Amino acid sequence: MGSITLRNVRKAFGDVEVIPGVDLDIQDGEFVVFVGPSGCGKSTLLRLIAGLEDVSGGQIMIDGQDVTEHAPARRGLAMVFQSYALYPHMSVRKNITFPLKMARMDQDEQTRRVEHAAKILNLTDYLDRKPGQLSGGQRQRVAIGRAIVREPSAFLFDEPLSNLDAALRVGMRVEISELHKKLATTMIYVTHDQVEAMTMADKIVVLRAGRVEQVGSPLELYRSPANRFVAGFIGSPNMNFLEGQAAADHGAHAIGVRPEHFRMSLTEGSFAGTVGVAEHLGSDTFLHVDLDDGTHIVARAEGEFAARHGDRVWLTPEEGRVYRFDAEGLAI
Amino acid sequence: MARAVKTRTRIGYSIAAWTVALIIFFPILYTVITSFKSEQEAIAGFDLIPSLTLESYKAVQTQNDYFRPFVNSVILALGSTVLALIVAIPAAWAMAFSPTKRTKDILMWMLSTKMMPAVAVLVPIYLIFLRTGLMDTRTGLVIILMLMNLPIVIWMLYTYFREIPGEILEAARMDGASLRDEIVHVLTPMAIPGIASTMLLNVILAWNEAFWTIQLTTTNAAPLSAFIASFSSPQGLFWAKLSAASTMAIAPILIMGWFSQKQLVRGLTFGAVK
Repeated sequence: MGSITLRNVRKAFGDVEVIPGVDLDIQDGEFVVFVGPSGCGKSTLLRLIAGLEDVSGGQIMIDGQDVTEHAPARRGLAMVFQSYALYPHMSVRKNITFPLKMARMDQDEQTRRVEHAAKILNLTDYLDRKPGQLSGGQRQRVAIGRAIVREPSAFLFDEPLSNLDAALRVGMRVEISELHKKLATTMIYVTHDQVEAMTMADKIVVLRAGRVEQVGSPLELYRSPANRFVAGFIGSPNMNFLEGQAAADHGAHAIGVRPEHFRMSLTEGSFAGTVGVAEHLGSDTFLHVDLDDGTHIVARAEGEFAARHGDRVWLTPEEGRVYRFDAEGLAI
Repeated sequence: MARAVKTRTRIGYSIAAWTVALIIFFPILYTVITSFKSEQEAIAGFDLIPSLTLESYKAVQTQNDYFRPFVNSVILALGSTVLALIVAIPAAWAMAFSPTKRTKDILMWMLSTKMMPAVAVLVPIYLIFLRTGLMDTRTGLVIILMLMNLPIVIWMLYTYFREIPGEILEAARMDGASLRDEIVHVLTPMAIPGIASTMLLNVILAWNEAFWTIQLTTTNAAPLSAFIASFSSPQGLFWAKLSAASTMAIAPILIMGWFSQKQLVRGLTFGAVK
């Protein structure tokens, strides 16, 4: 079991309020991603749940039990840190055994669990090495191994992939997702990378300045963002925003159109502009277009689209794919 | 890629370094040479070749027992070091891992006590020792030496502990380690090189301390630094005997320093270079 509930959780460092009050429900077995720009309080929120920081107010409940005042170890959670935080003087085996040793678990059970974890994570051949002799990806696996042997009620991941190179990151992303399917344990995952959020999450929590902007499944956030911030943050490349006459025509202060929701033409359409940079990837074509009113737009066409720097192009938003926002930035 | 340095420049640097090293080391070398001379040779003038007589060593041993001050030196150096570590480890720990706004000020204040000349507090400490019966006792000297070196010990340990990433301690906490487990299983093993070099340096400082050991002892608790001093006054100056006593006093620490120089250099430059 691993349902986690936050009730008006607040955190201030001195006079600076970093989390003004968060309410959140996380169901047992869910993969929840906290996403937001750096400094939005997502790591702080995770550390509050872990118990590594004390709350300034509010309640944290795990499986219906109030753990707000409990020490980290008593919350039954396991955490994987950005820097891996392995014990450098211990072998991989000792690193993974450490939490079991702290729990005074019986020796046979310790061995069984460590070997099981090593097998799941392909670490069997490395059990007698020290962390310093491992690659970044292997260290990350050891950190995950140390977390899973405890069979915690939930896993907390604090930007676990940000120290890995791009190729390895994609691989580990899939591994963590598979691990979640296999263990079916609640996972809370913090990242600033919206692609990680979109690909891994059952539920995404978008944070800005310590406030929850929107909570929902990846596609809910993609399809119906609550405001301009979420609309701009979710989706890659970012949503384009148009103001002025184009927005007024739709009865809004601003409208948003995703790059993939433009139809492109060399002859006619709603907005005319000049191609600045054309990126031909084969599978897609990205055009960076400067509209005649000066707005910069990124548009995506599937497959190949014959346009080059300096060409005139016309862009037309697809029917029903225009997001409207009022002056406060809220979706209409 | 290593910078290509001209051979001529390298030779120049080597000669300069060796010259400086020899100038610094020369007094010690000359002391050792003089200790193997007879008294007549010793006062005869500058001469680098001794007659290799052991008469000064014999005289020193019969006149003043070497063994007693040697044991005192060992007890004072080790005792004050262990005591300093017991006090300094928790202090450095607290300052490194839960610093407050005033932590830097406290560190500076502690260091500032080392800037004061020791003689400035001689009278009050002398009186305290006299009243409390600590005069010429090992206990008294262990306490004084510990207090003298405590600021440096805390500073060194603080620098070491600061190098240990906080996330590792948090990981231990998440893994269910109590504060004691955290200290015993994670922090101490990680800080052992730092603690070891701090210990070494403190042993050397305590061994060589001469101001307080001479002022606050007569015979019972006098260590080797006071033993050397005892050769300079009453019967006039006997250079060869004084040199023999000095050599015997510095030999143990020199040997220890030689074997642990790697640790020491690491300890002294830790934090400055990585």
